[in-house]
Amino acid sequence: MSAPEKLSDVEPRFFSRAQWIAFLVPTLVLALLLPLLNAFLPAEHFLRPSDFTLNLYGKYATYAVLALGVDLLWGYLGILSLGQALFFALGGYAFGMHLLLMIGKDGQYKSDLPDYMVFLGYKELPAHWAPFHSFPFAAFAALWVPALLAFVFGWLAFRSRVKGVYLSILTQALTYAAALLFFRNDFGFGGNNGFTDFKRVLGAELSSPDTRRWLYFASIVLLALVFLLYRWLTRAKFGHLMQAIRDGENRVLFSGYATARYKLFVFVLVAAVTGIAGALYVPQVGIINPSEMTPEKSIEAVVWVAVGGRGTLIGPILGALFVNALKSWATRAAPELWLYILGGLFVGVVLLLPGGLVSIPGKIKALVARLRRPPASPASPEPAA
Amino acid sequence: MPRFLAFIILALVSGFGALRADDAAPDSGRALLVAAVLAPAKDQPAAVRALVGVEDSAITPVLNAWRAGELYLVVLADGTRVPATLATAATHVPSAAPDQLVALSVATGSPIMDPASSATPAAPLFFAPKQLKPIDTTAPLRRAMRDVLEVAGVADPDPKIRRESIERLGQSRKLEHLPLLKARLNVEKVSVVRTALAESIAFIQLADAEESTRLAAIASLGDAHSLAAAARFKEALAATPAPSAAEAEAMRGALRQIEGHWQVVNFFGNLFRGLSAGSVLLLIALGLAITFGLMGVINMAHGELMVVGAYATFVTQNIFVSFFGAGSTAFHFYFIAALPVAFISAALVGLVIERGIIQFLYKRPLESLLATWGVSLALQQTFRLIFGPANVQINAPSWLQGGATVFDVAFAYNRLFVIGFAILVVLGVWLVLNRTPLGLLVRAVMQNRQMASCIGVRTTRVNMMTFAFGSGLAGLAGACLSQLGNVGPSMGQLHIIDAFMVVVSGGVGNVLGTVIAALGIGTVDQILQPVLGAVMGKILVLFAIILFLQWRPGGLFPTRSRSLD
Repeated sequence: MSAPEKLSDVEPRFFSRAQWIAFLVPTLVLALLLPLLNAFLPAEHFLRPSDFTLNLYGKYATYAVLALGVDLLWGYLGILSLGQALFFALGGYAFGMHLLLMIGKDGQYKSDLPDYMVFLGYKELPAHWAPFHSFPFAAFAALWVPALLAFVFGWLAFRSRVKGVYLSILTQALTYAAALLFFRNDFGFGGNNGFTDFKRVLGAELSSPDTRRWLYFASIVLLALVFLLYRWLTRAKFGHLMQAIRDGENRVLFSGYATARYKLFVFVLVAAVTGIAGALYVPQVGIINPSEMTPEKSIEAVVWVAVGGRGTLIGPILGALFVNALKSWATRAAPELWLYILGGLFVGVVLLLPGGLVSIPGKIKALVARLRRPPASPASPEPAA
Repeated sequence: MPRFLAFIILALVSGFGALRADDAAPDSGRALLVAAVLAPAKDQPAAVRALVGVEDSAITPVLNAWRAGELYLVVLADGTRVPATLATAATHVPSAAPDQLVALSVATGSPIMDPASSATPAAPLFFAPKQLKPIDTTAPLRRAMRDVLEVAGVADPDPKIRRESIERLGQSRKLEHLPLLKARLNVEKVSVVRTALAESIAFIQLADAEESTRLAAIASLGDAHSLAAAARFKEALAATPAPSAAEAEAMRGALRQIEGHWQVVNFFGNLFRGLSAGSVLLLIALGLAITFGLMGVINMAHGELMVVGAYATFVTQNIFVSFFGAGSTAFHFYFIAALPVAFISAALVGLVIERGIIQFLYKRPLESLLATWGVSLALQQTFRLIFGPANVQINAPSWLQGGATVFDVAFAYNRLFVIGFAILVVLGVWLVLNRTPLGLLVRAVMQNRQMASCIGVRTTRVNMMTFAFGSGLAGLAGACLSQLGNVGPSMGQLHIIDAFMVVVSGGVGNVLGTVIAALGIGTVDQILQPVLGAVMGKILVLFAIILFLQWRPGGLFPTRSRSLD
């Protein structure tokens, strides 16, 4: 396909110097300083982040990767997928299978089989579980299983040009059906209890602070890498095309671009990345079950993006952090109010702050500018008649 | 529409009345019971056995009480001995203390009055617990009572009890019951009971000494399509002392006949259940077809509007209970009153949502999805706070309980009602949209909002009314669902995805498509369920819809339009 050559000339730089600093400083602080402080400062020191805090931030980082995926699809490509939690959970399940096998004979029933299989009367490990003894296979499966599902679903959906709210409803139905399937005991993935009681990963005890620090570190690094990858994608010509598809798919199509392929590519890429985030999420929270893939979870991820600010890459990260911190606080302080708060966030952001949190500084700046300027001079002078 | 409905319901109710009218029985059972109690001990067993075949519903409870040592002899001041059972006084005399008892005379079934009392109405005799001694029984007497009780149901005035006990006697396969059943066949008038009698007689005759009788019995059981007989035949054919060749042949023939019949029956049963499940889906999806299909608003709170309707039904029921009492005739009509209440309350909630949120989002459908999802969360929590997290109890009115069996296919009344109601609602929606001025405005605004606005249609008002109408339909669906399943705060979530799938696969903006899609999905679901289980069937249907939409992205009846993007 022929692309307009000129477009690359006007492309903005990947990062300006200030942006590099704004990216590197928090990344290094989060990825290196916090774990080091946690490891070497005495337990009571006020600067030392607790093991719990570190674990929580690690969890939020995986959520942020999920949110970045939702944003790339929704904010840049115009696809509101209500099934992203499915890919997240699938990655989690794939890696959870490995973690479950690594329990070995330390389970409740002292058997080679995972506990729930003993409970359900399995005699031997099902054949498709065997490769999950290998860590590289499981880690890779966390990537390709969601990607494969995304490819099949996306190929069918984009090829027949399902879009807009129809696609949203279809993705929601997909994740709903998958959740129903995983809730069943005879589907073979632990039913509604899912997988839990993990003991070790790569030979290291999951309960040790050291392993947890490494998992946290990996989550932050993943978030940083994904941020860079998506930044690169959206800054390149590819990013312009994505936004063009979002704003007028037919025009892009008529200009000679196979929009379905672009959409499919992003959809699959995001599913794979989200799956990896899910794989990192599971060892940190210690459980994966089908409630992680219900439509509610996906829609919650959408609200992180909406609250943070869609169409920007920093927004989803802030949104995931803010909403989850709010959730941790609210479910403890006023559990019966949490749903009102969440519902209010949905309505409030959509009606009052469509740009999300990241649009607040701009709004304040505009407000300040308006206040500074004396009201006597009109803000926008009328053109002379 | 409601008046028409009330007419149908009246017709149904009076139909039941007619069924019960021929059950009035002579009261001779009570007299025989009194005689048996007062008879000298050695004559008592014979006196009790005289009760066999007597039609009186009092026999079973009184004999049961006698056996359990709960029958007493009240000796009045003039020396008359009156057999009686005891009951809490408060149920007969509202002013009585809770631990006071009255004696219900076996002869009349009503409390024994105090002859010394001068009050009008006369006060009954009150007893303290343990004041009276129970009437003794002997072993032969208890045996006689057991025999009478075993067959007492055969002559019970209630045809349902009669049928059950006749079937039980047939299952017992005791030849000694044959004369009784044959005698009953001569006097029995209710046809279902006659069928049961014939079947039970044939069943007992399977053990007859004469082969010709046995063969005839096998043939008649085959003709009667008896499932119990099919199981018995299979057992007999597999048993080691194999039945004679002629008998085995007859049994195989009868088995073929029976199984063929039930296959047909199951097919129609599934079809009926599918139709009713489809009607439920249709009721839920119709509101969506209007708000989503016509207006383009993704209302994720539609399920919660349905729950509003269900809770409105619950509240109406409670109001009826507190005004008329739970046992009154009026109570059974609460559901009729609940329908408009459900419609209006859901419509009002919908109106508030439209005014508060949706009116700002007509151009941003994806965002209306998010905002209404937020509303649905808030509504769910509100239900939880008002009605509690558990399911609430909704009692079906008597005319929605039970069912009719036609050609062995069971038609539950509540399912029949849902089908009929769905038809009425579809008709109503069609009439409103196509035959009223409001419908004209709605269609105009939905087709081209700006143009309609230019020629003077008040589009904001039309939007408001349309959304409220769609919401009200959700409320009606909720009221209907309250008669079929549980009502709880998260009930809406169970149905919302199905409803969206129906609208999408029917073709957005097309009521006919919604109707066909709902009935089709409901029927397929019902046919798959017995084969695959409830959840797998649902999953398969969901995947089938996803695939179907690949093939026809616009649904069954896509909206044709020249506009792009």
